Amino acid sequence: MSTAIADVHEAPAESGVNYLNATYGVKSWLLTLDHKRIALLYLGTITLTFVVGGLAAVLMRLNLLEPQGALVEPDTYNKLFSIHGIIMVFFFLVPSIPATLGNFLIPLMIGARDVAFPKLNLMSWYVFVTGAACVMYAVMTGGVDTGWTFYTPYSSSYAHTQVIAAALGIFIAGFSSILTGLNFLVTIHKMRAPGMTWFRLPLFIWAMYATSLIFVLGTPVIAVTILLLGAERLLHVGIFDPAIGGDPLLFQHLFWFYSHPAVYIMILPGMGVISELITAFSRKKIFGYSFVAFSSLGIAIISFVVWGHHMFVTGQSLYAGLVFSVLSFVVAIPSAVKVFNWTATLYKGSISYEAPMLYALGFIGLFTMGGLTGLFLASLATDVHLNGTYFIVAHFHYIMVGGAVMAYLGGIHYWWPKITGRLYPDLWARFAALIIFIGFNLTFFPQFMLGYLGMPRRYGIYPAEFQVLNVMSSAGASILAVGYVIPLIYFYWSWNYGPPAGPNPWGATGLEWTTASPPPTENFEHIPIVTEDAYNYPTADVASE
Amino acid sequence: MSDTALHHPNPTGFAHQFEDLEQQHEAGRLGMWIFLATEILFFGGMFTSYTIYRALHLPSFIIGSHLLEVQFGATNTVVLICSSLTMALAIRAAQTGKSKSSIIFYLILTMFLGALFLGLKLRFEWYHDYVEHIVPGFGFQYRPEWGSAAPGVQMFMCFYFFMTGLHALHMIVGLGVLGVLVGMSARGRFTSQYYVPLEISGLYWHFVDIVWIFLFPLLYLIGGRYSIGGH
Repeated sequence: MSTAIADVHEAPAESGVNYLNATYGVKSWLLTLDHKRIALLYLGTITLTFVVGGLAAVLMRLNLLEPQGALVEPDTYNKLFSIHGIIMVFFFLVPSIPATLGNFLIPLMIGARDVAFPKLNLMSWYVFVTGAACVMYAVMTGGVDTGWTFYTPYSSSYAHTQVIAAALGIFIAGFSSILTGLNFLVTIHKMRAPGMTWFRLPLFIWAMYATSLIFVLGTPVIAVTILLLGAERLLHVGIFDPAIGGDPLLFQHLFWFYSHPAVYIMILPGMGVISELITAFSRKKIFGYSFVAFSSLGIAIISFVVWGHHMFVTGQSLYAGLVFSVLSFVVAIPSAVKVFNWTATLYKGSISYEAPMLYALGFIGLFTMGGLTGLFLASLATDVHLNGTYFIVAHFHYIMVGGAVMAYLGGIHYWWPKITGRLYPDLWARFAALIIFIGFNLTFFPQFMLGYLGMPRRYGIYPAEFQVLNVMSSAGASILAVGYVIPLIYFYWSWNYGPPAGPNPWGATGLEWTTASPPPTENFEHIPIVTEDAYNYPTADVASE
Repeated sequence: MSDTALHHPNPTGFAHQFEDLEQQHEAGRLGMWIFLATEILFFGGMFTSYTIYRALHLPSFIIGSHLLEVQFGATNTVVLICSSLTMALAIRAAQTGKSKSSIIFYLILTMFLGALFLGLKLRFEWYHDYVEHIVPGFGFQYRPEWGSAAPGVQMFMCFYFFMTGLHALHMIVGLGVLGVLVGMSARGRFTSQYYVPLEISGLYWHFVDIVWIFLFPLLYLIGGRYSIGGH
């Protein structure tokens, strides 16, 4: 309409030159230093890993249709749940929001031209792909059957599968996490636009900052642990070897010292996304900005001192168990602060139910259920009953899938118009969100019941009386799979044929919405000067329509 | 640390994503400090495990410690401290605008000392240990005089080789970084205004030295060197 006489020299953003069409060719993508392109490289990669991890889950759920196992041998089943866990944790959930949305949005949200170290950023993608290739090699040459936890001495001495290749893949991918976290921390500290003070930052940035802290401080510990494990497996002697006075529990301590904070690597970015979505679609300032901001840091810090709740029944001292139990209850506080503040933000907001908001609301409900069932497991006595059962499987899938994946999808839907410059059919998107919500609950709620009744995790067979609930769960998984395929289809359509989105299709606040969609390579024509707080939406009575 | 400033073709070393050179320098410094924090956690996993097992198997650890060649460990400690000094002198030379040949001189001296450390370690310690059959995984042999403490001696040697091995790996990376710095100095990249790559590489080098300062007493000096059998 008004673009007809846009002058190319005065308004480059309107000239149609953006980060997607500034240069062409495979090389321009594989050697790009643009954080936005690197984000898309990650997006493509983790979509592939999600499909691989998802297929393993499909095969598991098919097998569990019948008590004696409908599909695979027990050995194969062990490999399926190991691969599902390894890929979904280390190669999908950990990088999911940080490497895609974080990479794309951090410079845009703080008003910078790029991250602090663009070459390091590209390198981290190559490192990640190398790690993923190692794991794929392990999958294709016999798989790995240790579970994603690699507990010794099974993984170091007894497993006859590709433990080293899989562990090496995780070790390598860890460096990608470290480099990404380092880059984000420096970027957030040093690259903020004039006027973008710490307390004007969008809460997504606070969440990414907290996540990066865990990346940087947690990942090195798993790196050295995996190195020790690999050395022990290669040399047949090592520090976890009971024959020379080693203690396999030490491995578990070191493993969970990273892997519990890693749970928050997976959920904190999701919480950041939800803070953006809730404010945008209720057109209100966040309730208690600083509480939400500091709760992210609080979660990151406390997450480092709760790892022992994974080891209540391992022979860890009872007093250590008591302390870890109390601390695990404490970490629930900042998480609950967030849930209450999101809910309070909704109060008297002018709420609309576009697809991203449906994901956000789904997140709040499912995360709350996942969090509350986590308190059951943090209690010493109930954990003895529930440990190692499907109750745990259901609990962490409510956090990881109901929480992290819902937030990831909500974020992708919210920023898709910014990333691609195109709209997608909102009705289809709402439909898919609903399907995912229904499929998810049908898959995992029965697992709470199965676990409570005593069905152990990691078995391909089960007593016949558990069949009804297992069939329900498998049916839900097939609905969930359909829900994941629909967005792939309409996103593909939107990428090619979607109508132009314009700079700010949601009418949202935030610097990323002030530049063109898709943004130009340099992000902003002029570096913006920030003069107001985040989420400065007009108050509800003024904005009556 | 291969931050952007290290490889940027622009002679002033200025990268486009920054608003000014000062911002770029601060980013480089902060990046290295954060990287060193990850390194502390990386070695921290080892030090924690060491501490636990040392408490559990102290007699074995003392026997193991006495198997090490303390004179070479001590010599190497001096060598590394000297290399930290020459590294600092290289940075100082750039800061005060000395000629590029004096920067290169100090860098090469640092590399020489680093290589000397690795050479002494390999030839007079690790090789010797291999001949003595005290390398776990490579023909480790228990000795009768260790008695019931023998398995723990092998545990100690696991720690010794893993920790000094990882440290040596960091030294080798450091030598590579120093080599790049020599190349950059030769091309006249450093001035009294621009020496951040030197400075942050120096941080890394000092860090690796400090790790050794902790490793030396923890590994070589347990239980009183000259009171064997006194426990």
